Amino acid sequence: MTTETKLPFDQEYITSFSKEMNEPEWLTAHRVQALASADSLPMPRPDKTKIDKWNFSQFENLLVKSDAFASLNELPEEVKALVDVDGSDKNLYIQRNNKPAYLSVSKGLQEKGVVFTDIFTAAREYSDLLKKYFMSAVKADEHRLTALHAAFMNGGAFLYVPKNVQISEPIHSIFVHDNADANVFNHVLVVAEDNSSVVYVENYISTVESANSLFNIVTEVVANANSRIQFGAVDTLAKGVTTYVNRRGVADRDAKIEWALGLMNDGNTISETVTNLVGDGSYGDTKTVVVGRGDQIQNFTTNTIHFGKNSEGYILKHGVVKDSATSIFNGIGKIEHGATKANAEQESRVLMLSEKARGDANPILLIDEDDVTAGHAASVGRVDPIQLYYLMSRGIPQTEAERLVIHGFLAPVVNELPIEGVKKQLVEVIERKVK
Amino acid sequence: MGGSVLTIKDLHVEIEGKEILKGVNLEIKGGEIHAIMGPNGTGKSTLSSAIMGHPKYQVTGGSVTLDNEDVLEMEVDERARAGLFLAMQYPSEISGVTNADFLRSSINARREEGQEISLMKFIRTMDSKMEFLEMDPNMAQRYLNEGFSGGEKKRNEILQMMMIEPKIAILDEIDSGLDIDALKVVSKGINEMRSSEFGCLIITHYQRLLNYITPDFVHVMMQGRIVKSGGPELAQRLEAEGYDWIKQELGIEDETVGQEA
Repeated sequence: MTTETKLPFDQEYITSFSKEMNEPEWLTAHRVQALASADSLPMPRPDKTKIDKWNFSQFENLLVKSDAFASLNELPEEVKALVDVDGSDKNLYIQRNNKPAYLSVSKGLQEKGVVFTDIFTAAREYSDLLKKYFMSAVKADEHRLTALHAAFMNGGAFLYVPKNVQISEPIHSIFVHDNADANVFNHVLVVAEDNSSVVYVENYISTVESANSLFNIVTEVVANANSRIQFGAVDTLAKGVTTYVNRRGVADRDAKIEWALGLMNDGNTISETVTNLVGDGSYGDTKTVVVGRGDQIQNFTTNTIHFGKNSEGYILKHGVVKDSATSIFNGIGKIEHGATKANAEQESRVLMLSEKARGDANPILLIDEDDVTAGHAASVGRVDPIQLYYLMSRGIPQTEAERLVIHGFLAPVVNELPIEGVKKQLVEVIERKVK
Repeated sequence: MGGSVLTIKDLHVEIEGKEILKGVNLEIKGGEIHAIMGPNGTGKSTLSSAIMGHPKYQVTGGSVTLDNEDVLEMEVDERARAGLFLAMQYPSEISGVTNADFLRSSINARREEGQEISLMKFIRTMDSKMEFLEMDPNMAQRYLNEGFSGGEKKRNEILQMMMIEPKIAILDEIDSGLDIDALKVVSKGINEMRSSEFGCLIITHYQRLLNYITPDFVHVMMQGRIVKSGGPELAQRLEAEGYDWIKQELGIEDETVGQEA
């Protein structure tokens, strides 16, 4: 089944790339090893979506030339809208294609020992800290895409919150894609030490209409004992971008990871969001809303794995599919042996807006322990005509009534996003996509 | 200017191929309150749904006009904007849409672009009406009918009526499932609407609502037709004696129509 295609960059190139970036030796070695294994590793097999014909490994540029933004006023309008430009104390990282293009971290956070920076700087200046967690939740040798990611990593961010530090203002990353030939192997690592808490929000945003780009994203979220990480994301990559995005969290004892993801890419996308509830009393909540349109093919797998006793996992996925798009929703709640009193709940709902659209919701519960509670609900259907009738009976025209129902359907994630500009963006994207 | 006139003539309605209404005639004018009574399964709710345009109901004959405009030719939203309102027996729950947003959309749907109700005025009006109906102020920001109790849903229907100020309102079993306090509040809302500009059709099978709202006309429905009409004294006689005397008078054995459930 392996297709023998030659990778575009060899060991020599990767080694010199790593040297140029002044990366520590362990990272160079990690890249080289991953590159060597990539060919022999199998592709991942997202349930119900065939991806062997998708291009994840052939591309021309590992880096494209992009300039930094000297100030927020230089940002493209659609990016500026995400940011409170005049606000002070903004904790914001902006990456332009592969280039770290803007960074601001409040003095208060620096004094508390919080690290927030691009992944290259992190490798240079916080090598030991990075090494401790880098690709610990997602391993390079899991399959070919994680290996390619590890070998070609060319962007990303690192957020580290020390013990007992509670950060109230959200930390924001924006990954801007404004070059149609850019390929982005982005690595985001968020670490919250014991008893800390942080709210992190990221945007992947294309400002080009369409592209021939490849995104291979791995995000690791490490919540140590009794910490809490709220992770929000809105992905809006353009048509023609093939995306593999793997977001994975590990929650230690009594830790909480709460995801709120608006997955609004216009290209073919494989997305997996996994939460490993390792510690006793840990908590994972994954809320996802998606819209599929055009002829894009998307696969969304959400997986919560309970190892810890009394761990609680919730999955909520709402998807809208229109035109001739295909969206597959796999939701997996797994309770390992020994995770007594665990609770795994999930709900997947898909609204189909056209005859040709294809949507599939597959709820799966895998339970290896007796003393647990679990539940799931799934449905695939059309906008309820009785709901429309009710709204219309108050004078609201049909198109507006449909808009209200669809917005309401996708609201669970909108309301979770703590940054006003990002919330507004998601509402506008939804508006545009479902129209 | 006087109120509007809703005229129903020889209305025949089917649901899934089964005829439920077999020639209903009724005229409701601004300033009048009509009550349609009758046992379950006689076509009362079908009448209200057909007038509003519920997708499951098929009008097979007759006419419905509002101020001489053909209602049956209109889409559901057009009927509403023409001045009709239906308080539903089972209001839909719509997740993610707040009660306030929904009501504002409803009001603005009646206004030209650029003439939308100001947010401040809207909030003030909504607050005062909610207070009048003794509703929890948090209900403005809750999702439309989601998790509302039966009584809350009914009050919410009345709230919508008071905000939208229709010309003709049809209240389909607005009293079912209400305790006496809620019944009083709902009645207070309906009485508050009374004016020469407002006509109302109350559908109920309990007389007790009519203790609080005195109707001008009472109609009894059986077998998909209005079989008897009178004044408020008719409701009182029904309360005291039930429906059997009417059945006997008219030689009706089974008053229901197209009933399976």
